[in-house]
Amino acid sequence: MVEEESLRVVRCGGSELNFRRAVFSADSKYIFCVSGDFVKVYSTATEECVHILHGHSDLVTGLQLNPSNHLQLYSCSFDGTIKLWDYIDGILIKTFTVGHKLHALFTLAHTKDSVFVTINKEKPDIFQLVSVKLPKSSSQEIEAKETAFVLDYINQSPKCIAFGNEGEYVAAVRDFYLSVYFFKKKTTSRFTLSSSRNRKHAKNNFTCVACHPKEDCIASGHKDGKIRLWRNFDDDKKYTYTCLHWHHDMVMDLAFSVTGTSLLSGGRESVLVEWRDATEKNKEFLPRLGATIEHISVSPAGDLFCTSHSDNKIIVIHRNLEASAVIQGLVKDKNIFTGLIIDPRTRALVLNGKPGHLQFYSLQSDKQLYNLDIVQQEYISDNDLIQIELRKAAFGCQGHWLATVEQRQEKETELELQMKLWAYNKKTQGFVLNTKVSMPHEDHITALCFCNAEKFENPTLVTASKDGHFKVWILTDDSDIYKKAVGWTCDFVGSYHKYQATNCCFSEDGSLLAVSFEEIVTIWDSETWELKCTFCQRAGKIRYLCFGRWTCSKYLLGATENDILCCWNLLSCALFVFKPSEPRPLYIQKKISREEVHWGVFVPRDVPESFTSEAYQWLNRSQFYFLTKSQSLLTFSAKSPEEKLTPTSKQLLAEESLPTTPFYFILGRHRQQQDEKLNDALGNELVQLPLTENIPAISELLHTPAHVLPSASFLCSMFINSLLLSKETKSAEEIPDDVDMEEEKGSDDTDEENDFTEKAQDTNDIDLGEDIIHQLSKSEEKELRKLRKVDYSWVTTL
Amino acid sequence: MDAFGGPIWSMTASPSGSQLLIGCEDGSVKLFQITSDKIQFERNFDRQKSRILSLSWHPSGTHIAAGSIDYISVFDVKSGSATHKMIVDRRYMGVSKRKCIIWGVTFLSDGTVISVDSAGKVQFWDSATGTLVKSHLIANADVQSIAVSDQEDSFVVGTAEGTVFHFQLVSVTSNSNEKQWVRTKPFQHHTHDVRAVAHSPTALISGGTDTHLVIRPLMEKVEVKNYDAALRKITFPHRRLISCSKKRHLLLFQFAHHLELWRLGSTVATGKNGDILPLSKNADHLLQLKTKGPENIICSSISPCGSWIACSTASRFFLYRLSYERDSISLQRVPKMPAFLRSALQILFSEDSTKLFVASNQGSLHIIQLSEGCFKHLHTFQPQSETVEAMCLLAVSPDGNWLAASGTSAGVRIYGLKELKPHCTVPAYNFPVTALGIAPNTNNLVIAHSDQQVFEYSIPDKQYTEWSRAIQKQGFHHLWLQRDTPITHISFHPKRPMHILLHDAYMFCIIDKSLPLPNDKTLLYNPLSLTNESDVIRRRTAHAFKISKKYKPLLFMELLDERTLVAVERPLDDIIAQLPPPIKKKKFGT
Repeated sequence: MVEEESLRVVRCGGSELNFRRAVFSADSKYIFCVSGDFVKVYSTATEECVHILHGHSDLVTGLQLNPSNHLQLYSCSFDGTIKLWDYIDGILIKTFTVGHKLHALFTLAHTKDSVFVTINKEKPDIFQLVSVKLPKSSSQEIEAKETAFVLDYINQSPKCIAFGNEGEYVAAVRDFYLSVYFFKKKTTSRFTLSSSRNRKHAKNNFTCVACHPKEDCIASGHKDGKIRLWRNFDDDKKYTYTCLHWHHDMVMDLAFSVTGTSLLSGGRESVLVEWRDATEKNKEFLPRLGATIEHISVSPAGDLFCTSHSDNKIIVIHRNLEASAVIQGLVKDKNIFTGLIIDPRTRALVLNGKPGHLQFYSLQSDKQLYNLDIVQQEYISDNDLIQIELRKAAFGCQGHWLATVEQRQEKETELELQMKLWAYNKKTQGFVLNTKVSMPHEDHITALCFCNAEKFENPTLVTASKDGHFKVWILTDDSDIYKKAVGWTCDFVGSYHKYQATNCCFSEDGSLLAVSFEEIVTIWDSETWELKCTFCQRAGKIRYLCFGRWTCSKYLLGATENDILCCWNLLSCALFVFKPSEPRPLYIQKKISREEVHWGVFVPRDVPESFTSEAYQWLNRSQFYFLTKSQSLLTFSAKSPEEKLTPTSKQLLAEESLPTTPFYFILGRHRQQQDEKLNDALGNELVQLPLTENIPAISELLHTPAHVLPSASFLCSMFINSLLLSKETKSAEEIPDDVDMEEEKGSDDTDEENDFTEKAQDTNDIDLGEDIIHQLSKSEEKELRKLRKVDYSWVTTL
Repeated sequence: MDAFGGPIWSMTASPSGSQLLIGCEDGSVKLFQITSDKIQFERNFDRQKSRILSLSWHPSGTHIAAGSIDYISVFDVKSGSATHKMIVDRRYMGVSKRKCIIWGVTFLSDGTVISVDSAGKVQFWDSATGTLVKSHLIANADVQSIAVSDQEDSFVVGTAEGTVFHFQLVSVTSNSNEKQWVRTKPFQHHTHDVRAVAHSPTALISGGTDTHLVIRPLMEKVEVKNYDAALRKITFPHRRLISCSKKRHLLLFQFAHHLELWRLGSTVATGKNGDILPLSKNADHLLQLKTKGPENIICSSISPCGSWIACSTASRFFLYRLSYERDSISLQRVPKMPAFLRSALQILFSEDSTKLFVASNQGSLHIIQLSEGCFKHLHTFQPQSETVEAMCLLAVSPDGNWLAASGTSAGVRIYGLKELKPHCTVPAYNFPVTALGIAPNTNNLVIAHSDQQVFEYSIPDKQYTEWSRAIQKQGFHHLWLQRDTPITHISFHPKRPMHILLHDAYMFCIIDKSLPLPNDKTLLYNPLSLTNESDVIRRRTAHAFKISKKYKPLLFMELLDERTLVAVERPLDDIIAQLPPPIKKKKFGT
């Protein structure tokens, strides 16, 4: 079906939502945030992702609403283009090619034909703010080469540039100075803070800047936690500033409220501070936000704020400082010790999340499902503290058990180890701690492996450790007179010549256990725990070990430290050695990512694909996901970009007049299914309506942006007319049916008239409701008609 | 004269200077007429409930604002009735509210009244409507003082936390005329209450309980960024508070309300340079003289022979005769001092203790002949010009022939004491004189100015000496000119005519006129390592200024005899230890 398509590397999520400030739509219903190469549109009420705007080929670096049309969104990217989107329908309207790598985007209300972008022209560290004239043209792809220089030597971060007083001036900060460029006077004022190395001024660096919406006032954040409010800055001598000091660490971002009465600031304290009237004594706090506040943005309507956090989270906050919604992406921890694991129950990707937590991340919807607190200790953020690290995790028994290993090593000799076993509780739909084993081994645990064979009624877990032992843990009865309980105990300890155990693996049927001891692989019988045989192959220390599956279950694969893949045939004890470069791999994809690939995982597909080409057969049953150094999640996809778009374009038909709640999606799907059933049932007696796409009036209606259309009442009659069946389109065999229906209708003719008027009202009521009408398929119409025919006479009696 | 209103809490003169307002304990505001010869009660304003703590005139003189407890009243001067009563919020202190004391009010010409109160607020009121316009909560403690600049575009307030806040009137946007008051910079130069603030055109001046006077220049008003634009912190008065009797080794210390006389201890031990020798005889506290009433002592002096002590307050002049009988001391007040001597600004005894020179605040100089137990008024030098300028510095030549006197701004006048008539006037200089001294034998007058310039003027020749001309030609070392405190005392070594001894609060300097002058490239302050170097190097690098900075706050230094020098230090820690504890503030991270 897709043989002709080549495999492509697709960014499938996990990108930073907190890379730039999030942007609110004008009505505060939606929030836009960058996410790798995409722009995501979330509903502020439901936290659901409504659209993903695809189109950029590199990191998206800036988002702004179109000042002349607040239903459109500008985005800029490292790929050198500015794109204009209709975010309600998720349609790309225009692409402006600028040509330089764009680092930030700014729009102004009164300069509608141009936008401001940050570019770096010559040297890698010298950034310029330029204004780009966006030519008016009807074509989709437009070259926008006309740039005008505004400011030089600025910081690349958009936090360090702010436009003030309806675009009269622009303020930019970098290092120790603030530059203000006045557009009318075409002059730049520069204010420098002391940068001497003494204790008091050492951290005077500017970190961010914001401009008051109404007054000539610039707020700047500093590395030492101070906020300075600059005034009178149009005079080089008379300028003055006030200090607000609450943060003890760097001010990460600042934002004024829409009216300018309050100033919001945030930093590493994870506390949102609201300074009312810009006075030091009058401030409000929203504490315990979980992680460093990276960005703050304010909705144009003024009713919502949002903060982007370093743990890839966006919190939507009400004007009264109450968090109302949390949009959580893939948490980026410093180190992914656990690797990528698939939860067999939810098919979610499981990996290290917040410090001491395990996150369950849905690959399909690109959002975090939940966080499991493993360490269960208060996290104190301090660079000098040595934290407890979550090192290993493994699922067993179809996701019924979860084993985790955490460790803390203060010094070389002081190792604290803890193994925890969690049972899945069906009632609470979560994991509950069952057994806690402190110091399960004397040294680091290198591998953790459950026996997943179905015939094994007794759950078994094997841990391999650097202390030379591997331990087998089984579930035993732990009941006492008070309650029935189960717990895990150590059943067997094995070792091989005091070598360090490096990995372990159960065969698919669970009958064999392979444990690698440095360069030697040992095979153990899982019934009696006796050593069956050893494979000694001086090919290097074995790092990974894996049994074959299905038809290949007689093979055992091992990967060594010096890039050799070994395969043992367990029946013949023969050995095959591959070097990754030499034999015939199934598939090689080069240049899959800009960065180092750290982890990979196969995720089983819900519906197997049917790749016929031999090269892609490995993708039939599962999909391969991998995580790069910067922790963006990538996958291989054979689908063409257009095809990838289809699910979202289906999605975009979600009526914008209805709130996009999860209930809506459930109910909507339910209704669709009902419709389909009806279709099937009534299939042959239905009037074959012409496809709406083929009617020019309707397609015109649907392809014109909603906000440029004339009023719905004006369009209504034309629209209804276009839906009416013309004689020519009817096929011969359908006519009798139609006649029958007409006869039916004839009996209650007056009712039908009412129907039509009501319908007209409907369209009036639902503004922008063309889509709905479009969706009122014939089956629905049928339904409506049926409803009409129901006797409503009882209503009159009420 | 009595205002008949109990204690007077506030007082302010009208913008024209012809009327005086006072606010009394009983809540009355009284208006007095100031005429050239007397102050006359004019009228009472509507009486308020509680004491009037602050008063301010509208610049046009038509209205006044009076700050009381919990409210501010605005009076119409013509009718004398209160037009508005503006009630100030109290502050919650736990469960109960504490009364809000209006420590200061200021009436601006646009009708805005600015008030500072004990709840830590700075509030802007519209006097026409009596409504609160804006409120700034700036401190957790009292805001105690306020001062507005003449242009009414900025003002300064001082708080009990030791912080001084600057408020400025800035335009809301660059292209509109609307302006708003904005709190700009806080300055924390004080540890204790800031009781008084002043706003000069170029600087903010504040002072309070911690005894410092801080002058913070406004950078935007300073034209050139030179040393004048730096922050000044003045701890000690730029005057001599100690006098010394060389003959009897006595020191007279002047305090605000009393005088202390001490006899110096002595030692018989000898030691190397830098040794601290044990005292064989401890210093004696001989006597303590207290003034009656609340008046401060303006000046005091002890005669070189040690048998006379003179001091003056605003209303009285005291002269005491001391007689010594071995260890005991007896004090006898000389009665019937003439009234014209009172509120003298400077008192000086001649070297032989036979004459007393008194500089009065009227600009005249009185010479009094002293003899055993009695006195005689010899002569009065009346101020020469019409401008009455008080003399505040005096110096007499050791031979008793010349008297040099200097006021605050005009030049130094020299009088001949033999013929009792003015001798000459030293050419005027822009900066006030801070110390005077007349050298023995040569009768060269050495003058130190507040800009750290030092001149030497030959009285007999009526011209600057060669050395003075030379140093003016070359200019002083830049480090010398950058010193913070003025020279407060000049003395001479009787056996080394080329030496001038002078000191300020942080250094003691001997100027050796025989050595070459330093230029900007040479080290002004002799580094300690030089003392270890060989004589050749030391001689090559030697220059006229020999400076010792080892004394910290040096109040007084004088040669007792050829081999003894007395220095009086006043460590700041001792002063701070006597102060009440400052308001405790939570400091982050402690």
